[in-house]
Amino acid sequence: MHPTAPSKPLRAYGDRQNDGMIQLSFVLELPPSARAKEAAKQFAELHGLREALVTTMEPCAEGYTYFVVYGHSQHSIDPATIDVPELRTEALSRDEIEHRVTTRLTRKIIVVGACTGSDAHTVGIDAILNYKGYAGDKGLESYKAFEAYNLGAQVENEQLAERALALSADAILVSQIITQRNCHKENALALIDLAKKQGWRSKIVMLLGGPRIDHKLALELGYDAGFGPGTKPSDVASFLVEWMCGDREKAGAAMAATTETP
Amino acid sequence: MPTAHDAASRGSARQGVYAPPGVWQMHGAMLTVPMDVQKVARCRELAAAVADDVQRYIDAHTSVGVERTVLRAYGVDGVDDQGAPLVNIAVDRYAKAGLLGRGISFFLGRALLAGAAGLQEASERLAYAPELDRGESGPSADEVLVALAPHTDAAIDRIDNARDERDANKRRAVPGGNPLKYVIVATGNIYDDAVQAKAAAYAGADIVAVIRATAQSLLDYVPHGATTEGYGGTFATQENFKIIRRATDEAAIDYGRYIHQTNYSSGLCMSEIAWMGAVERLDMLLNDAMYGILFRDINPCRNFVDQYVSRRIIARAGIVINTGEDNYLTTADAVEKAHTVLASQFVNEAFAKHAGVKDEQMGLGHAYEIDPGIENSFLLELAQAQLIRQVFPRHPIKWMPPTKFKSGDIFQSHVHDAMFSLVGVATHQSIELLGMFSEAVHNPMLMDRYLSLKATKYVFNTARSLGDELTIKPDGIMAKRAVQVLDEALELLEEVERDTIWTAIERGSFADVKRTRTGGKGYAGVFERSDDYVNPILEALEAS
Repeated sequence: MHPTAPSKPLRAYGDRQNDGMIQLSFVLELPPSARAKEAAKQFAELHGLREALVTTMEPCAEGYTYFVVYGHSQHSIDPATIDVPELRTEALSRDEIEHRVTTRLTRKIIVVGACTGSDAHTVGIDAILNYKGYAGDKGLESYKAFEAYNLGAQVENEQLAERALALSADAILVSQIITQRNCHKENALALIDLAKKQGWRSKIVMLLGGPRIDHKLALELGYDAGFGPGTKPSDVASFLVEWMCGDREKAGAAMAATTETP
Repeated sequence: MPTAHDAASRGSARQGVYAPPGVWQMHGAMLTVPMDVQKVARCRELAAAVADDVQRYIDAHTSVGVERTVLRAYGVDGVDDQGAPLVNIAVDRYAKAGLLGRGISFFLGRALLAGAAGLQEASERLAYAPELDRGESGPSADEVLVALAPHTDAAIDRIDNARDERDANKRRAVPGGNPLKYVIVATGNIYDDAVQAKAAAYAGADIVAVIRATAQSLLDYVPHGATTEGYGGTFATQENFKIIRRATDEAAIDYGRYIHQTNYSSGLCMSEIAWMGAVERLDMLLNDAMYGILFRDINPCRNFVDQYVSRRIIARAGIVINTGEDNYLTTADAVEKAHTVLASQFVNEAFAKHAGVKDEQMGLGHAYEIDPGIENSFLLELAQAQLIRQVFPRHPIKWMPPTKFKSGDIFQSHVHDAMFSLVGVATHQSIELLGMFSEAVHNPMLMDRYLSLKATKYVFNTARSLGDELTIKPDGIMAKRAVQVLDEALELLEEVERDTIWTAIERGSFADVKRTRTGGKGYAGVFERSDDYVNPILEALEAS
């Protein structure tokens, strides 16, 4: 337990404290009927809902029914008992980023990014690296502090490693969008293994991003940080600046060293 | 099991304008944006010049993909114990020997004249005979043409028969009204895809697309047989096409509404897949003149040669192409680069015309991808969608949903999709790829598709005639936007025509992506045609 956080079990909040109100939607493989409705209710109750109310029951395919159920969840959670490595959320300003890199590092941070393996979805890596950025937050290309190379999609790990070494990269950004049967994890892990085998893992900071990635998972896979949905280029820029300028703890990834298996 | 939803969708089918192939009609649209017809004509002229320039290159070249397509059209089938298709082994052998410029048909015909029992055996000889035929003596190109003539006729008949069968099926189970509701399935397992396709048809879908396994576009062969493993989608194989066709045909009979099947004629096997789609009665194929170059880094020469042959087949087969301009807006900004979509549509149209594709087969793509945080972005979307409808009145325009600004907030996402559908129905789009509230989360699940169809049916029905009732303010936001987009598209086309498409692509004029003429994948598979190049299948397609 975190030493300073007060212990307070929480239940879902509907419109009153501790009412536990949540909604579920799901499909069961049976046609709609009174029995189906009762089945949905009991199914919800098995998930810890009291007074489950089936508010929708519709056939959504032949032999399949779509349900919406409301109920009072009996479960509670005490956030103080949870141990999650959190990335610092507060991004540095553009000026601060440029300033720190010019004064402390006195050279550009070289970043190489790619969607690896068979993944053809460049939306994430484009948003972070390309000048245009995402939702008004310009990409790393737009900073004087960075020299960014976007290798695009379907880049093999070996290829990425080769380019990164040739460019003397400080950081590698890996984007993994496709997650079917956990191929994103295998692929991401394979790059770390390659880095260790080739002996450059500790020389380059490695970041992993994608809709199913979070910081915790990235650390487990051997990366220095993970960036999930909603990440803006300035978040990644801030992280890299703090990491490169020596403040790795502030970069929020102090535990990277401990998660890297020997 | 009939439901209220089925009744509703049949109702809308009666009200909607379903046009049999070749007779796309426009509603008496009242919602019109200003459109300078002379500028539109000038855009077409420029795009035609751009395509003419490339066509000279196409007519002088062939590719391993094209030659494999020819063998497939002649009925050559099968794989070796490593899964390598016979058509690949035969064509690669002649490519490596530097002989492909004469056309694989030349060697095929000679093998036949040398005593092969049929074209399958003739191909096996090309692939495995101890001696390579260097074409030095023996039957001439003319003799080969005579020997292949009946087989060429049979190959073309096979495409025509499939087309006739599709037409007959459409008379039996009439398609729903426009905009046709298009959904995707992507389980990776073709048998699960078939179940999901029928479920989608039950819930009101008109078109089912099986998303292709990620990276198939970069395979220089077509996998063989039914497949049950694929990431991000399911492999496009001829057997998989058959399985989905069976499921959608059954669904059409069950629900009394024609169900269209879609797949991907793109990547390094663009033309082979076009042929498979043609004979397996696919209704639509994703097929774009430049998509492979920009988004899959396929070599421009290879891509242009392959797209031409694929479109020749598509034209004959009566398949509707879906072009990929929506993708431009996922890499480039949808406000700043809207004109690149329109310019590319003109270019796609020009290339398609060169291949004999009719306007009624051109599902030019565009998308609802403007940052929803921008004030009045809905108006900009409406203006652009309407402009494209007017510029391409006979074309079954394909309207694509928001993806770039989707988040894991599925509730907000559902609203975003509803606004998109409102534009779709108000501007009389022909094909609407439905948005999924789980777009940013996972491949669509059964429930996701059901809810999307339910919401879309509501929007289409509730606003069916909205576009016929409204006029827009002259000189208002929408009118100005339409004028601006057309002006910018014209400007870009002037530039592309002046510099040629090769240079424009090198400069990143489309989708902000830069590609060089000899870079990218598949360039080694392009060959200059010899003076006596033999390709009777392509000749027959060109004559039609």
